[in-house]
Amino acid sequence: MTTLTASQPGTATGAGAPRRGVISRVVDKLGGGLVQIVLIVLALFWLMPTLGLLVVSLRGDTDNNSSGWWTFFTKPAQITFENYSNLLASGFTSSFWNTVAITVPATILVIGIAAMAGYAFAWMEFPGRDGLFLVVIALLVVPIQIALIPIAKMYGALGIFGSIPGVVLFHVAFGLPFAIFLLRNFFAGIPKELLEAARMDGAAEWKIFATVVFPLAKPAVASLGIFQFLWVWNDLLVALVFADTGSQPMTKALQSQMRQFGTNVDILAPGAFLSLIIPLVLFFSFQRYFVQGLLAGSVK
Amino acid sequence: MTERLDGPQTPRGGGDAARGASPGPDETSEKTGETSPVATHPALEDVASGEDGTTSSAPPALATGGPAAAKVSYGGSGNLGPSPKVALYFLLPAAVLLGAWVIYPIVYSLIRSLYDGGGDTFVGISNYTAIFSDSGTLTTIRNNLIWVVVAPSLVTVLGLIFAVLTERIRWATAFKLIVFMPMAVSLLASGVIFRLVYEQDPDKGVANAVITSVHDLFASSSSYPNARPRENDAAPDLVDKGAVVTRQAVQVGQQVLLPLVGMRPDALPDGAVAAKQAPPASGGLSGTVWLDFAPGGGTPNQIDGTEKGLPDVTVEAVAGTEVKATTTTAADGTFSFPGLAAGQYQVRLPQSNFTQQFGGVTWLGPALITPAIIGAFIWVWAGFAMVLIAAGLSAIPRDALEAARIDGATEWQVFRRITIPLLSPVLLVVLVTMIINTLKVFDLVFVIAPGSVQPNANVIALEMWRVSFGGGGNQGLGSALAIFLLILVLPFMIINIRRFRRDQA
Repeated sequence: MTTLTASQPGTATGAGAPRRGVISRVVDKLGGGLVQIVLIVLALFWLMPTLGLLVVSLRGDTDNNSSGWWTFFTKPAQITFENYSNLLASGFTSSFWNTVAITVPATILVIGIAAMAGYAFAWMEFPGRDGLFLVVIALLVVPIQIALIPIAKMYGALGIFGSIPGVVLFHVAFGLPFAIFLLRNFFAGIPKELLEAARMDGAAEWKIFATVVFPLAKPAVASLGIFQFLWVWNDLLVALVFADTGSQPMTKALQSQMRQFGTNVDILAPGAFLSLIIPLVLFFSFQRYFVQGLLAGSVK
Repeated sequence: MTERLDGPQTPRGGGDAARGASPGPDETSEKTGETSPVATHPALEDVASGEDGTTSSAPPALATGGPAAAKVSYGGSGNLGPSPKVALYFLLPAAVLLGAWVIYPIVYSLIRSLYDGGGDTFVGISNYTAIFSDSGTLTTIRNNLIWVVVAPSLVTVLGLIFAVLTERIRWATAFKLIVFMPMAVSLLASGVIFRLVYEQDPDKGVANAVITSVHDLFASSSSYPNARPRENDAAPDLVDKGAVVTRQAVQVGQQVLLPLVGMRPDALPDGAVAAKQAPPASGGLSGTVWLDFAPGGGTPNQIDGTEKGLPDVTVEAVAGTEVKATTTTAADGTFSFPGLAAGQYQVRLPQSNFTQQFGGVTWLGPALITPAIIGAFIWVWAGFAMVLIAAGLSAIPRDALEAARIDGATEWQVFRRITIPLLSPVLLVVLVTMIINTLKVFDLVFVIAPGSVQPNANVIALEMWRVSFGGGGNQGLGSALAIFLLILVLPFMIINIRRFRRDQA
């Protein structure tokens, strides 16, 4: 013990430590340890709610009613997949496929339509271009509540109220301002020479867009795609208004069970967990693009 | 893989370390032009360089790509461009969707808000006056005000703390992923998650489980709120000022009986065993506190073989008005006060034994519902703030910090005088984004607040849905609420536009 304390300052200075005192380094070490502990506690704090949902979804009704989910750590035998098999047998799968049928087209359409508009804003000259782009920027923060009543009326007249295409088109329209903004800014950063060369060659504008510009925009498209996907997948309000029971996505199906929360935990917990698996997988696989999209457009 | 969350560092590390300290946006754009646009995202870099604070103090969100990109594209790109007619084709799908689904509804709602619920009668601004005169909608406005004042600043401060703390640890990426993860989860799932967290029963809700166990560390965990003596003269004990006392004074050497009723035998603590007669204490008092009831009856005021003792009851030996000794009962309900001075005593079970057991906090009740939902909101959004602020932090030139340290500034001074001012554009972006978010908050309130307390937790966006679709059936008022919401976000719309125009100039 004594040798340790005696030798430490020696080795430290021998290793070319800066002119900082032993005390300040000890304080640094202790402070670092404290930071670690605080962050571990915080990380647990952030993990616990989701972990709780997972464990609750894996426990039987009687267990959930008689003891807390954390008793699972001492009694792992409580685990059962009964809730999940009951849920899947109850027709929840159809709302899962509705979510897919809404999310995939809404994401692809937004990317395609916004890429075309973004390209026009970035590389074409037409009267009122700057003014129109300002309109797009203005629309970035418009709350979707403004459109619920008018679009419900419109869908009623068109006969698509309650249908999946209606929900998709609503999502596409409200996804566009952000998407156009993001892609136009990306396209504008593409070297001018590239386009000019293509135009000199007499390539059609559509061809330049499809073969030169769009392929270059993969990172931006990935960012946009993951955002739009998560936004639509996780939406509740649009589905609540525009989807009926036949076309309802998971969020709406689960929401209808919330009224009897206490007795429906065996449906809600596994349902909520199933609904968040795909977003989580996506998030972990494409987090780089997620963060990039976030940094590029934290306006919405 | 593990470095991915440090997004903005990637372009800097990607062969252009000087970019973080580049003096202005123009340089960034030139570099973007030189390097491959596939590898570098102009918008991203602009955030990274804009956040170093050398550019203006306005939100980089719109600086995003704005200054850099704009100069490239607007610098006479159209010379070789196609005719406006071609541009029309490219714009048409977006224009139709934005026109019919976003712009037309704004006009429609504006007009619709001047008509009554059915839409037949013109009512002028009376829908708007209704918003400000109805006590229900005034509550929603008050709640939104609480949201806007409290939630964005808490999220920003937490994000700043997390971002600063994670700078010092090796597992920063793991931490960031964990805190950031809730952003990928739907608000409905987050709502279900927090309904579980906030369950009232400490055996179900983790929040109350933690709070009650902390509370129980400082207070006796055993409590018998319903226990009481039999109310007849034969009982050896009676209630006196909330406490249970012996009817007659007792002498040293005596064995005291304190029978209680009013509880079900199966409601006793797990440790309770059959009560028995306490052995006489040498030179003191002893006795038994027990549940004088057994299935099938039992003889009143006598310890029958099957009756259970009450463990952990506080017992006091009182002489006159002075407490001479205090003890607690064992698992079989017995207690003893050895070595008491001779004389007359009264044995007392103080009121604390009978107060209602602490059952945790009523998170989802009318009083705490909004703070509880704000807690869930912070859980969802703190990661967003952290990632944005961490990106800003990593863009701060190390030289500036080192220079201040060499000049003898303390860490706190460096943080307060250099880091914070350089970060202020990012902090502003986070704050503004969160304000817009809290103005529109809907899902969390809708999902977490139980139906009966939803009027107490109500917010404008939810009220708009309720009056128009959720049974209210008044689309005139609903339209007025939607327009009101639009007016609330209008300042941010104007900020965005002005910011963009300034970058163009």
